[in-house]
Amino acid sequence: MEKMRSIGLALGAVALFAMAAPAMSQGNDLSVGRKMLVEDNPGDLWIDIGKELFYQKRGPKKASLEQCDFGLGAGKLEGAAARMPRYFADTDRVEDLESRLLTCMTRLQGFDRKGLVKQAISRPRSKGSDIEALALYITSRSNGMKVNVTLSHQKEYDMYKAGEYLFYRRSGQTDFGCVQCHGEPDKRIRLQDLINMTSKAGAQEVASTWPAYRGAHYVVRTMQWRLNDCVWQMRLPDLEYGTDYSIALTTFLNHRGNDAVMQVPGFKR
Amino acid sequence: MADPMKIRATLQGDTADVRILMRHPMETGTRKTSSGVVPLHFIQSVVVQHNGKTVLDAQWSQAISQNPFLGVRVKGAKVGDKISVTWTDNKGDKRTDEVAVSAGS
Repeated sequence: MEKMRSIGLALGAVALFAMAAPAMSQGNDLSVGRKMLVEDNPGDLWIDIGKELFYQKRGPKKASLEQCDFGLGAGKLEGAAARMPRYFADTDRVEDLESRLLTCMTRLQGFDRKGLVKQAISRPRSKGSDIEALALYITSRSNGMKVNVTLSHQKEYDMYKAGEYLFYRRSGQTDFGCVQCHGEPDKRIRLQDLINMTSKAGAQEVASTWPAYRGAHYVVRTMQWRLNDCVWQMRLPDLEYGTDYSIALTTFLNHRGNDAVMQVPGFKR
Repeated sequence: MADPMKIRATLQGDTADVRILMRHPMETGTRKTSSGVVPLHFIQSVVVQHNGKTVLDAQWSQAISQNPFLGVRVKGAKVGDKISVTWTDNKGDKRTDEVAVSAGS
């Protein structure tokens, strides 16, 4: 009898502890696990693939991407991605890294834009797309540098303002806006904690961790994919790859995330 | 066509901390697409060698994830020692990569 009681007590203590634990460590356990994953990130494998693609002579025009200007001069990659999106005089528009890649791959290498866009976001469990690998390689050359998206050109400022508007704007059949999921701390969808992007730290996390290895898809994903998926989750019309809608939101978030230290590939669940 | 691995080997005391990333589809043989079942394709054996001496000989199954990660600690290693990793999959594909142990922090 005495023994039984002590077992009951012990069980009670265990149950109590189990109940107390989630409340105590909300968010913490997730970040611990995430940290372990980042150290040996399979996304690293795609950096070399992207590098090879960058220097290879490809496309109908048999050209490499070395003549592509990412804002700091042709072929200059160090720190270039940390300053994007930015205004480009040759296309007279603000471009993020991926739409800039599209520009160069069509102009320099002669690829068909439609074909590129169709393949830009790879299927889960595939070998990944060229653009995903290229975007990762180019962004990885900014690793350790600070995000610095300036709004010095009028069109950059306009893009930022448009992005701010879109971020807070509710639209579509479910009357959804980015801000509803990403405007408050400690929100979740099932086990995924959502970043509060109205805070500086939240915006910095966004600006410095894409492209990232998406665990459940086994491929490297880019910011364009993330936005595409958000738009789909909000049941809005499909987001076309590299359109102004996506560039506006990226400009808004990256500018707000200025001074974050770039560290790609990130790791997402 | 096998893709290169990423291997890090850093010395911690007298033990080398070896971390290996492999790129492999690791098909379970049960996944279905619109064109039918995707056939089994997985790494069957992984051999880790320390200066030519086998320190780990593992037999894997299709239960290992895509793009697998493997961590091994090799006792008695010194800076500059060669760590080589070889995997062989069920289609006979093979890949070997080698690194030298670097000094830890």
